[in-house]
Amino acid sequence: MTKRGQREIILEWLIESVIRLCGVSAILFVFSIFFFVFREGGAVLFKHFKFGEFFFSPEWYPSSPSHVRYGTLALVAGTFSVTALAMVIAVPFGIGAAIFVSEFCGPKLKETLKIVIELLAAIPSVVWGFIGLTVLNPLIIRLFDAPIGLNVLNGGVILALMSVPIIVSIGEDALKAVPDSYREAALALGATRWQLIYRVLLPAAKNGLLAAGLLGVARAVGETMAVLMATGHAINIPTSLLDPVRTLTATIAAELGEAPVHSDHYRVLFVIGILLFLITTAVNLTADLIIRGVRKK
Amino acid sequence: MRRPAATPSLVAASLLAVGLLLAGPGCGGNKSTTNGHKKAVIQNAGSDTLVNVAQAWAEEYAEVEPTVSVEVSGGGSGTGIAALIAGTVDIANSSRHVTPEEAARAKQNTGKEPVEFVVGYDALAIFVNRANPLEEITIGQIAEIYAEKGRYTRWSDLGVQLPGKGGDKIIRVSRQSNSGTYHFFREAILGKKADFRLGSLDLHGSKEVVELIERTPGAIGYSGMGYATPRVKMLRVAKQPGAPSVLPCAESTLNGSYPIARPLLMYTLGEPTGHVRQYLRWIYSDAGQQRLAQCGYVPVPPERRPRLDS
Repeated sequence: MTKRGQREIILEWLIESVIRLCGVSAILFVFSIFFFVFREGGAVLFKHFKFGEFFFSPEWYPSSPSHVRYGTLALVAGTFSVTALAMVIAVPFGIGAAIFVSEFCGPKLKETLKIVIELLAAIPSVVWGFIGLTVLNPLIIRLFDAPIGLNVLNGGVILALMSVPIIVSIGEDALKAVPDSYREAALALGATRWQLIYRVLLPAAKNGLLAAGLLGVARAVGETMAVLMATGHAINIPTSLLDPVRTLTATIAAELGEAPVHSDHYRVLFVIGILLFLITTAVNLTADLIIRGVRKK
Repeated sequence: MRRPAATPSLVAASLLAVGLLLAGPGCGGNKSTTNGHKKAVIQNAGSDTLVNVAQAWAEEYAEVEPTVSVEVSGGGSGTGIAALIAGTVDIANSSRHVTPEEAARAKQNTGKEPVEFVVGYDALAIFVNRANPLEEITIGQIAEIYAEKGRYTRWSDLGVQLPGKGGDKIIRVSRQSNSGTYHFFREAILGKKADFRLGSLDLHGSKEVVELIERTPGAIGYSGMGYATPRVKMLRVAKQPGAPSVLPCAESTLNGSYPIARPLLMYTLGEPTGHVRQYLRWIYSDAGQQRLAQCGYVPVPPERRPRLDS
């Protein structure tokens, strides 16, 4: 071996270790975040924490002068109402777009559409929030004669627009994974295009499409800035689409800066963080297991 | 197999470049100006009510005293006081008084107590949309709208008929709970022990409150009178039913006839010295107080200004 060869071997080993470190670091980060959130929030969980109040009371009064209450029911209701509405809008739109992109349009249009849809995903959430605040707000007031345009409807529409790109790209992948022989067989049997999609493609790709929807949900649950601006940030259990609400994420964002470090309020905000973490982990895990189910077939 | 050795050195070079970029702009307490002189920096943070005027003061002071630069940020009174306790700012702006616990924590943390300066006065105006025919309101009525057990949820409860069908519901606009304005409003309107009713829109700044009311026919909200614009309506406020109702202005704020007025405060850790003391002295000068008045606040009358001789 020449000297140069030795140097190369060392360099190669060095680069290999750096790359390995990059790969392992993702796991490291997830676990340290997990650890950190639990450490900050955990202290309050094991002393005088009112679980009943936390889960079942809508009264969130973290800085009350007389009677501090940490009930998150209204915040959970806010998160779920906005997410549910977003999915009701985004799933049909997203899956429809995925079907169009993968089955109907020509290669040129397909490329353009994919780029534009990815562009949609790249719009920062603050900008979406601005759109909710300045465009949708007056529009909703005018169209529905609502007293205020910052509400579940506004937040849901904004979140739907934000999760559509994820649903489209994962849904399209799922449809692409259906073997062409299925399509050929269906067409050979005389199926129309509609029958092909409805009877063959959708059942064959249903796991992937479900996963697409679930990842959209995870995106919507975790979104903060846009919903902070578009939902009105009012603690309220919504009874209609036109009621303003406040979400779990927005509460953390708005209040963490103010809460004195290691006070009860600070720790309860971290407990909300744990709650969010559990929700999104559960959703992501389900989606992951479903996708794995697709691959096995 | 031989590979060009360029790849690893390229990686190293780009890492170095990133490192240099990150290390580039220093964040120390002293900035060097182009001609090599050190520029002293006064860190100033806190109340969103004061942030406009603090910014204006900082800009004007840069012309008066070019060797000192004042860096201003907002974030809320609580945030500013927390930063003062942590020792990261020289002056904290606040629209409420420091609590005894905060003073004790500052003493424990830094060994010095916060010293208070009243640098101006602000009246909290009650705003409604232009379309609202209401002209005056009493403190009791505001409390019925905002308090936890308040009875007013519709404009018709106040005997007001709003134009448009969907407009009868009162849209309560409030502030997030680290705002000094929020705490002052709660104390002044609801009393020391009471809470706000949930369901108000808790916005993140005084300006946002006014902008939302501008666009929302059924809204009511509060902000410093400096934030008034021609597109919203300021209400006359009466202490109790039958008492004369007053618009917020300099005179009614200083003579106490406007019921929701408060001092604007700056806090330093211990008696201010050096640049900070000079800056505060300039703030109390006629030029500084004039700038405050231009921002829509009420200046401190000469006899109430402290003497800050060096």
